Amino acid sequence: MEENKMNAQPIDSKIPEGPIAEKWTNYKAHQKLVNPANKRKLDIIVVGTGLAGASAAATLGEMGFNVLNFCIQDSPRRAHSIAAQGGINAAKNYQNDGDSVYRLFYDTVKGGDYRAREANVYRLAEVSNNIIDQCVAQGVPFAREYGGLLANRSFGGAQVSRTFYAKGQTGQQLLLGAYSSLNRMIHAGKVKSYNRYEMHDVVIIDGRARGIIAKNLVTGKLERFAAHAVVIATGGYGNTYFLSTNAMGCNCSAAMACYRHGAYFANPAYVQIHPTCIPVHGDKQSKLTLMSESLRNDGRIWVPKNIEDAKKLQSGQIKGSDIPEEERDYYLERRYPAFGNLVPRDVASRAAKERCDKGYGVNNTGKAVFLDFSEAINRLGIDVIRQRYGNLFDMYEEITDVNPGELANEINGVKYYNPMMIYPAIHYTMGGIWVDYELQTSIKGLFAIGECNFSDHGANRLGASALMQGLADGYFVLPYTIQNYLSDQITVPHFSTDSKEFDEAEKRVQKNLDDLMSIKGKRSVDSIHKELGNVMWEYVGMARTKESLETALKKLKELRKEFETNLFIPGTQEGMNIELDKAFRLRDFITMGELIAYDALNRHESCGGHFREEHQTEEGEAKRDDENFFYVACWKYNGNDETAPTLIKEPLHYEAIKVQTRNYKS
Amino acid sequence: METNISFKLKVWRQANAHAEGRFETYEMHDIPTDTSFLEMMDILNEQLIEKGEEPVTFDHDCREGICGMCSLYVNGHPHGPATGATTCQLYMRRFHDGDTITVEPWRSAAFPVIKDLMVNRNAFDQIQQAGGYVSFQTGGAQDANAIPISKEAADEAMDSATCIGCGACVAACKNGSAMLFLSAKVSQFALLPQGRAEAKRRVKAMLAKMDELGFGNCTNTGACAAECPKNIKLSNIARLNREFLCAKCSD
Repeated sequence: MEENKMNAQPIDSKIPEGPIAEKWTNYKAHQKLVNPANKRKLDIIVVGTGLAGASAAATLGEMGFNVLNFCIQDSPRRAHSIAAQGGINAAKNYQNDGDSVYRLFYDTVKGGDYRAREANVYRLAEVSNNIIDQCVAQGVPFAREYGGLLANRSFGGAQVSRTFYAKGQTGQQLLLGAYSSLNRMIHAGKVKSYNRYEMHDVVIIDGRARGIIAKNLVTGKLERFAAHAVVIATGGYGNTYFLSTNAMGCNCSAAMACYRHGAYFANPAYVQIHPTCIPVHGDKQSKLTLMSESLRNDGRIWVPKNIEDAKKLQSGQIKGSDIPEEERDYYLERRYPAFGNLVPRDVASRAAKERCDKGYGVNNTGKAVFLDFSEAINRLGIDVIRQRYGNLFDMYEEITDVNPGELANEINGVKYYNPMMIYPAIHYTMGGIWVDYELQTSIKGLFAIGECNFSDHGANRLGASALMQGLADGYFVLPYTIQNYLSDQITVPHFSTDSKEFDEAEKRVQKNLDDLMSIKGKRSVDSIHKELGNVMWEYVGMARTKESLETALKKLKELRKEFETNLFIPGTQEGMNIELDKAFRLRDFITMGELIAYDALNRHESCGGHFREEHQTEEGEAKRDDENFFYVACWKYNGNDETAPTLIKEPLHYEAIKVQTRNYKS
Repeated sequence: METNISFKLKVWRQANAHAEGRFETYEMHDIPTDTSFLEMMDILNEQLIEKGEEPVTFDHDCREGICGMCSLYVNGHPHGPATGATTCQLYMRRFHDGDTITVEPWRSAAFPVIKDLMVNRNAFDQIQQAGGYVSFQTGGAQDANAIPISKEAADEAMDSATCIGCGACVAACKNGSAMLFLSAKVSQFALLPQGRAEAKRRVKAMLAKMDELGFGNCTNTGACAAECPKNIKLSNIARLNREFLCAKCSD
């Protein structure tokens, strides 16, 4: 990618003036507002109903805008935010353990390996407390202490307990909270909800986003929707890897539609691999199941000290509980004494891979490590542990047929319980559509919020921060910043969808669907998607090299050809056609895969979720290159999927935090 | 340990809401028992596509038992034979070599079939829209710890709030009643101080909407709670009735 020309066009991230702690206050004090009578005249499309989409749609409706809200599922409540298990961070300092807005800001920037935009992260930490207040007021049943006040727990990358939770179903409860607010606005007639609709394209009129073309998934028909602004809240692109912890329907097509219209795509290489997922078991597997990071509060991660023990585990001669304490290598506690099992996700994932690559894996594929609760159960009793993690233990048992709460062995008077087996898996994508401080993309009137944008997590996201960011964007940031854009749109009347631009957009979408149907090859969508996933995991996965990335780009080119010439979609375009819908998404996953590889190839450093084997310390830790890569990599589409995109750099400026090497050892 | 099983699959096929449906029988061979039920359906679909036929359409998304999208009636049970689990959490080790496995969509007048095993559960959203919320505007909240809530109340509210809105309770009910679903939401808010202010209005509005949408009423059979993948308790319905009675009495 060295030949990529530097574009002279400067990037304006619109960061407000002033010291970091005053930027958001200053912004709110000086931004333009829209008066209540004018809000009624303005329409806003929100695509997606996860934490970001639902909270934004509800709040914009409450403010008086007319909102059109779309989701591909049968109900807004199904969005994949619902599956988030562990919790949500906030700088409340209810535990009196030294937490503060600054510390949450600092931990997030450090956890992101100094690749996030400072001002955005500070704002995120600032509004984090409002989110907890908001959700409690909505009736979200957070976990509480006996005294009636809110409980907290710890998550990776932090030395304080700032995570609020609702059993292992925090995402569910927060999403249902946002969904309830959304329902209230649907009932009030301020939000129109379109379920089982999929956005296929964004419509641009005179350089501004003015609507979308969406497919009604039940009838198979394309429909047009116009608005004064369009908000994309469609999540991340983890399913590019086929196997991930994402839901089956998660896709990047809305983001890709924006990208193809010229919205920059930022930092696609930053993909988060979650350390605690149930290992892959066979080639028929459709997804990977996450075991919440909260398990690392009490669970200890280990592999055998002796390679012979590992070999016996791999061949099934012994079980984990047969290995006594002194023969176990708690490698995270050994390597990172200060943070132990609670190091950030990227660090924990790489450490697991390192052990398994050296032959210490503990299952038949050699790609698993143990997560063990014996010590915690012996210390606190099984009842306490079950109260904390019971639903996760049940989930694990249902999938693997092993009960982690079951006493399995006693050696020298020490009780050993069945350990869980875990291995890293694709979980979250820090990269996304580039947005400025106002969450506006490089296309006017087009906004991106939640996981779909790139803004707050740098190169690695800390646990319990995704829920925080989604709700911050939707409840507290976008509803302000979008007004700054809409304030001069009040004289623009409601748009008609009978225009040249809508005609052309619909024609383009229809042609794309016709093209997919007419390939009439031999292979199913899933079979090609699995192949894409294998290429991505093998060559653009946890450890990347120049060679692996070049190989990936070559293989992806071949795969696109295979897709375009050998795909088979049964049925017709009439009515529901699940294969056609999957094919539409797969086409974009292939383009996304290339984008990840281009970015990873360009970034000659290791940082956060992006690990280039050429750039590591002697101890195998990620080695950043701040001199040359202290920037956000923004990729600009060049007219067709076959041509490489152009790199534009947004340099990072840190005022409040001194950039240094991440250290979780001491 | 992993073994392979072979079995017959009887699947409901229906082209669209207006077409007549029928059972189709498919032979499945050598399916590993550590495959999930939905992965087994994926295998079936791959086989159908290979033959040039249309795959079986069914709802599914998170595949970890929380989104509430999956909704199959397997061998006469919503979400199949496992208790406290959704269809996506069902594994083939629950079945045996030589079995015949029958797969149907939810059977309820309020949930019309869209295609094959996929149904329209929009009525659930409408019940929630009628009153399943606390009327509260973003930005106006007091400090989260301003009102202490006893751990017992918070935990019980959480148990009710666990409902995933899948519709198994309606599908299991001989009356096609949505009472368990509705009572879970009413209970969650009834148990929390934030929900009390509009408790009366909420319970009346939600029940009226349920009746309007063609769901049946409750005759305390308890099939809903027995089949609920999230173990929502029948006592929620008792609480709902109490809330409704109190609301009506104070009219």
